Amino acid sequence: MNYNWDWGIFLAAEPGGTGTYLKYLVVGLGWTLATALAAWVIALLLGSVIGTLRTTPYKWVVRLGNGYVEIFRNVPLIVQMFLWFFVMPELLPAALGDRIKQMPPPWGSYIPAVLCLGLFTSIRVAEQVKAGIQALSRGQGMAGTALGLTLAQTYRFVLLPMAFRIILPPLTSEFMNVIKNSSIALTIGLLELTGRARAMQEFSFKVFEAFAAATVIYLLTNLLVVYGMRALEKKVRVPGLISASPTAGGH
Amino acid sequence: MFAGYDFDVIQRSWVYLFRDGMTFTLTLTALAMLGGIFFGTLLAMMRLSSFRILSMVAGGYVNLMRSLPLVLVIFWFFFLVPYIYGWIAGNGRPIPIGAFYSALITFTMFEAAYYCEIMRAGIQSIARGQVWAGYALGLNYWQTMGRIVLPQAFRNMLPVLLTQTIVLFQDTSLVYVISATDFLGAAAKVANRDYRLVEMYTFVAVVYFVISFGLSSLVKNLQARIAIIR
Repeated sequence: MNYNWDWGIFLAAEPGGTGTYLKYLVVGLGWTLATALAAWVIALLLGSVIGTLRTTPYKWVVRLGNGYVEIFRNVPLIVQMFLWFFVMPELLPAALGDRIKQMPPPWGSYIPAVLCLGLFTSIRVAEQVKAGIQALSRGQGMAGTALGLTLAQTYRFVLLPMAFRIILPPLTSEFMNVIKNSSIALTIGLLELTGRARAMQEFSFKVFEAFAAATVIYLLTNLLVVYGMRALEKKVRVPGLISASPTAGGH
Repeated sequence: MFAGYDFDVIQRSWVYLFRDGMTFTLTLTALAMLGGIFFGTLLAMMRLSSFRILSMVAGGYVNLMRSLPLVLVIFWFFFLVPYIYGWIAGNGRPIPIGAFYSALITFTMFEAAYYCEIMRAGIQSIARGQVWAGYALGLNYWQTMGRIVLPQAFRNMLPVLLTQTIVLFQDTSLVYVISATDFLGAAAKVANRDYRLVEMYTFVAVVYFVISFGLSSLVKNLQARIAIIR
């Protein structure tokens, strides 16, 4: 293939005047993580509440939770992004909508992106939380009732602490999904890692260097998340479960 | 909330949206599904192979695809495929292949990694004794796979494969980033031309919702119908 590789490009200055291309991409990673983490906080809080509500004995609450999940699951993320960015400010009262539209960059795209990703991911967290609670034996909830705990206390002190530890591994992959999905925010103008790799390609015509760098940065980020979460899993594991015994499983 | 809503723009453009946009989306989804399942099954067989090199190559490929954002992969293939095509064609220069084929190759290769994991689970759900039975009857690897293991694996995994296809159907809207005219791309063009962003994007969301919700209800029904009672 006739392609002139030029890895020195990363030390060249980017046209925006903020420094080298390398720095430009690393700042992009910063925005990726800032978007993903903020969205993750929303997703965890909202997802835990909705996932929990979907296991309660109140039928209409369960139905409401299911409806919420179906709405966010059946619309593509990029369309949801556009709804938050283009449509939401128009549907709000005019004064508030104008204020949102006039937010200086990058906040004008950052805030809709975080809300969009947060709500989108909350349904996936909700699914996991629900699965985690349903994986517990019925006796645990009954024991809570027998001890005189209210339903809320049973969830708070008995069911949820167990459920969260069980679902830690699937939550890790959901967190990595938020990091990956945050790249879709480039369509509403947020210059995160993928957006910056794309911009670098347009400025410098160095297509493959730019995307190779972004690829490597994503892979390293994934590795870090996996190791971090493994350490966390080890710390909070439940004594007595298969996952906790030191001899079990090599993988 | 719907005051000042211009429904007329949808009426004016729906023929274009569905004839051009939705046709692109559905063709891309269907072809990428077939290609993705085909390559995904091959990848799964490689991953489960006893030849270390094969399983390492397949494992590396699947893990690489699954750690990268789809948008980045779309960009990669959009620029890389013309180079590879030019190289294969032997004239050394990149040859443009157009957004549709670029998207088709991207989604086939990307989804293959996800279909691979589903098929791997499907193959692993078959009792080992069946493979031994196949070999004992004198069948070779391909006959055992093709006539005993894969048909059952497909049947067990059919609902999951279809659910992944619904995800694929939604993901194809990301071809927006290479300016292809899929359903969303067509709507975006009308939206920007007539400055009717609110109407068009809400309409797009509703259409995607109806189709995806309908398909997932069908999959749920199917799942109940084909469940094997053990």
